[in-house]
This record gives sequence, C-alpha cells and structure tokens, in this order.
Amino acid sequence: MEFKNLKLSKKTTFIIWVAIIALVIAAPTILPVFRLNLLGRYLSLAIVALGVDLIWGFTGLLSLGQGIFFALGGYCAAMYLQITSSSEFPNNIPEFFGLYGVDNLPFFWEPFRSPIFSLFAIWVIPALVAGMIGFLVFRNRIKGVYFSILTQAALLVFFNFFNGQQKLINGTNGLKTDVTQLFGQMVGSESMQRMFFWVTALLVIAAWFFAKWVVKGRFGNILIGIRDDEPRVRFTGYNPVIFKTIIFSIAGGLAGISGALYTVQSGIVSPQFMTVPFSIEMVIWVAVGGRGTLLGAILGAVFINYAKSLVSEALPASWMFIQGGLFILVVTALPEGVLGWIQGDGPRNLLQRFGLKRKIETYPSLEVNNKEGNNE
Amino acid sequence: MNNKDLLNLIDITVSFEGFLALNKLNLNLKKGELRAVIGPNGAGKTTFLDVITGKVKPTKGEVIFKGKSLVGRKEHKIARLGVGRKFQSPRIFENLTVKENLEISVTTPKSPLNLINKSIKDEQLNEIDRLMKIVNLAQKVDSKAGSLSHGQKQWLEIAMLVGQKPDLMLVDEPVAGLTDEETDLTADLLKSLSGENTVVVIDHDMEFIRRLDSNVSVLNQGTVLCEGTMETIQKDKKVIDVYLGRPED
Repeated sequence: MEFKNLKLSKKTTFIIWVAIIALVIAAPTILPVFRLNLLGRYLSLAIVALGVDLIWGFTGLLSLGQGIFFALGGYCAAMYLQITSSSEFPNNIPEFFGLYGVDNLPFFWEPFRSPIFSLFAIWVIPALVAGMIGFLVFRNRIKGVYFSILTQAALLVFFNFFNGQQKLINGTNGLKTDVTQLFGQMVGSESMQRMFFWVTALLVIAAWFFAKWVVKGRFGNILIGIRDDEPRVRFTGYNPVIFKTIIFSIAGGLAGISGALYTVQSGIVSPQFMTVPFSIEMVIWVAVGGRGTLLGAILGAVFINYAKSLVSEALPASWMFIQGGLFILVVTALPEGVLGWIQGDGPRNLLQRFGLKRKIETYPSLEVNNKEGNNE
Repeated sequence: MNNKDLLNLIDITVSFEGFLALNKLNLNLKKGELRAVIGPNGAGKTTFLDVITGKVKPTKGEVIFKGKSLVGRKEHKIARLGVGRKFQSPRIFENLTVKENLEISVTTPKSPLNLINKSIKDEQLNEIDRLMKIVNLAQKVDSKAGSLSHGQKQWLEIAMLVGQKPDLMLVDEPVAGLTDEETDLTADLLKSLSGENTVVVIDHDMEFIRRLDSNVSVLNQGTVLCEGTMETIQKDKKVIDVYLGRPED
C-alpha cells in the first residue's frame, strides 16, 4: 500500500469548512427533526472516522476493531442514563434486570450513578482498553495484516461477550436510552435531539482541531515515519511502541465519544455496534474521503452514511452493492480518496481526457516544481 | 581490551538456522578512529552492523560499548546510548521535508511528551542549519525528501546520522550510486567527522576506501581475515585470494 502525504491547500480546507459550518447552522431550520437526527448521528460517526484516520492514514495501523471502543463509549453513556432514570423501577435498578431475576446492581454499574464519572468514562475507558490492547500488540511487534486480523478477532471476542451477558448489560437486546431522562427531559424528545445535534457538531469541530494538533509538528512526523519506515525510526532512538500505543489510545477515546453521541441519538446501544461489517465500514469512510487528510474522514463518514439512508429509502437492499462498488472505485481509481483526488489535479485530468480542457503546455516536471514553489 | 576502546566485539557468532553469518568475530575500535570494513558479498558485513545496533542478537559473544554490554538491548535504547547507523540504500522519510527529517534526528529527548508539548529548541534549529550547509541542502529545506536526487538522499541520511550526535557512526555503503565528485566529497566529510566521532565505514569501492586513508578490516566468511592499512592488506596473500584478486574488484 502506497501512502502519499497529502497536504490540502489552505483554500480547499477553507472552502470545505465554510460549507460544513453553513450546513450545520442551516440544518436545524431546514431539515425536519427526523432528518436532523440522522445528520446528527452521522456527524457523530465522523469522530470515530477521525480516529481511524489518525491510526491508519497517519500511522499505518489498519484497525478493523474500532467498533469495540465505539460500543464501549455507547455503553458508558447508556448505563448512566439507565441508572439515573431507574427510580420508579423495583429495587431502584434499571427495568431489564427484573426480567432476569437480578435484584442487586452489578458492582461495575455503581460508579455510573455519578454524572462526572460517566462523562469521563465515555472516553477514558475506551482509551484505556485501546491502550492496553495496543501496548500488548505493538510490544510484540505485530503489524500489517496480522494487526488487522488481531483487531478483528478482538472485536469478535467483545461482541460475543456483550451478546451473552443478559444479567449484566441486557445481552443482545442492548440498553435503550430514548425513554430515559436527562436534565428532566426525555432523551428521545425533539428538544433533546436538537441539543444533541449541536453538541455533536461542536464536538466534531473540536475533535478535528484536536487531531490536527496531534499530527502537526514533530509528533505527527514521527507517526508518518512509523508508517513509512518503522525500523528507521527505531534506529534513530525513538520507541515506536509508545507512539503507536498513544495514537491507538487516542483513536479509542475518539471512538468512545463518537459511540456515546451515536447512542443517545439513535436511542439504543447494543452489541450490533460491534459487528464486523460496521467496523470495516468505518475504514471505508476514511478510504473514500481520503486517508491522511482528516477532513476526508469527516466528509466520508457523513456523506456515505447520509447517502446510505437516502438510497435505502428509495431502493431497499441496493445499498450493499453501491457501497461495494464505491470501495472498488476508490481502490482502483482514487487510491488517495476523493479529497486526495481533488488535491492531486484529478478533476483537471478528467476534463482533459474528455477534451474539455486544454493540456498543460509546460513539461510535467516544471509543473511539479512550480507547485512546490507555490506551497512554500 | 583497554579502556581507550569505544567498542569491543568479542567472539561474536551469529547463526541463522545453522548458517554462520558471523563466526567468532573479534574487533576493537578506539575512540576517534575511522575504520573501513571491506569484504566480499556474504562476508557478514551487514550482519556485523545488525549485531551492534541490536537488530540481530548474537548466538554467542559479547558487544561492549562504552563499557556496557549491548547484547539484548532494544534498538532504540542502543541508538540513545550513542550508536548511529546509516543504511545501505538511503533510508530517509520521503514524505517529510528535508528539515523535518533533520528535526527527527536532532530532537532530544526522544519522548512523545517532549515532542507534543514543546517546540524545537533554538540550538537544535541552529544545528539543522549547520547540517544543511555541510551537505549542501540548504536550498532544499522545505522540499519533500522523496524529491531529492539519489546523491542528495545519501547526504541527507549522513546529515541525519551526524545530527543524532552518536559516539559511534556506522556507515553502510555511503557512496553507492554517487558520482566521482560526490564520492570524493563524502570521503572528505567522513574523514572530518572522525577524530571527534568514531566512524565505521563499510564499502566495496576500493578507491573510496583508499581515499579514507584509514585502518581497514577485511571480513570473510563471518570472521576478520586481516587488519591493517590499505598497503598492508593489499600485500596480504589471504586477502588477495579471497577478495582483491577477484576480477570484478
């Protein structure tokens, strides 16, 4: 797999951000609440995609198990909501426990009575789990395809565990959040959903700034160094294990935040968040948007998912074909993703091919040199 | 072994599933020495570097560097102790600019916290400027390292090696693919580095080795065949048989 380093020009980034912010501001007024809620969900997926871009696009770690951390964040949020809304149920514990004859709250639910603990748990727990898994894997120098397989195996372990634990976390049914209460309102109510949309939009922007800060400067350069030539980084005196653990942990934390936001907007968290296809889709969003661009991850996550819901409404069952086709298109024709293609003069080349635009008259090499000169 | 020695390799044996890449190799390096290592293909030159830098663990034997054993230490720890390595084909970070490459090498401490929290120190920036002037890359500061010519890449990697400020520099085939003029400049550069640094140069190019004007160790079949100045080894019969007498070099 060839990685090129894409630096989006300031102009492109600016245009895209103006479009995103205009969309976010306009959306609550022009979209019905059902659509707004969908958009909010997809925006929350952009945060997990940013994490995937950090570990894959920048550091070269293709994780197929981000669903673990996404679901953990979702469960943390749902456990808090369930337990604070359980006063009218027998034993003051969430209703589902009654179905399985559980009278006492399992010990690990206790800390989720605290809103502050829960607010931290949403990102700290997934980050810690990611850090632990990452450290063990990276210390043993497992990389490439083996790393991907291992993360997928871990995903399946988590999926099966959560699926089977009815008495602890309601197993395959998951935890519902839409009928729970937050700030004296139903989480599923329209006003709450509108608020979640704003929170999500702000957090996407915050996550982007955070990711940008992580990859800029020398820390980001080491990540790119690890991606392109890990032994060389090692012989220069850096310990790649620590760097990879940190970035994997950051991606885990972002996935947790994303999962929590997704949960409160879709009304339920269940082991379905940890299915294999869903984690692979996260990678596809980033691949289509453009690896190593950060902005591409956000656009990929939002547009692909929005397209998915529109297409599925119009032509049920056709989405899988479209998604598959999209992935094949990106792998064969747009290896740098859509943003990478735009940045790499893709549109002009396409127009030239159809004779709609004149060819460049200078030598290609001169053109390249000019471009570099302009970037300085 | 005496305490003026920077590096001692004692009876190093490396066995790859029975094949002896190194066989009871002994080699001592004094502080400030410039040493050339030559040998035919498969003599174990690169394995010899792999053992010192921790990439390969010797089956038997000891590596003593500044009085400490290096055997069993991780690569990055050995690098931090002061062993720097330049690879055979230029290994630079092609997606980063020349300056970013050098930043990676001069940065200390090499911890994530330092990298993410603090900006680069002024003296390190000055060091980068100095290095770029030495290797004639000052005009390419912000170019992607991948866009450099082969010779420039070799030099950038040498600059990165120097920037690490290692006590021991291991340089593997620094002039492969360079023009004659570049080769001469590289020889002068390496000579100027020794004295303050200890430099080991591995190469095939006899003219280049001659220009280094240093002690030469000849490796053959994983062991040191002969050591001495270029003149001595050229007269050594064993060396002529295995290496110099060959038609291709």
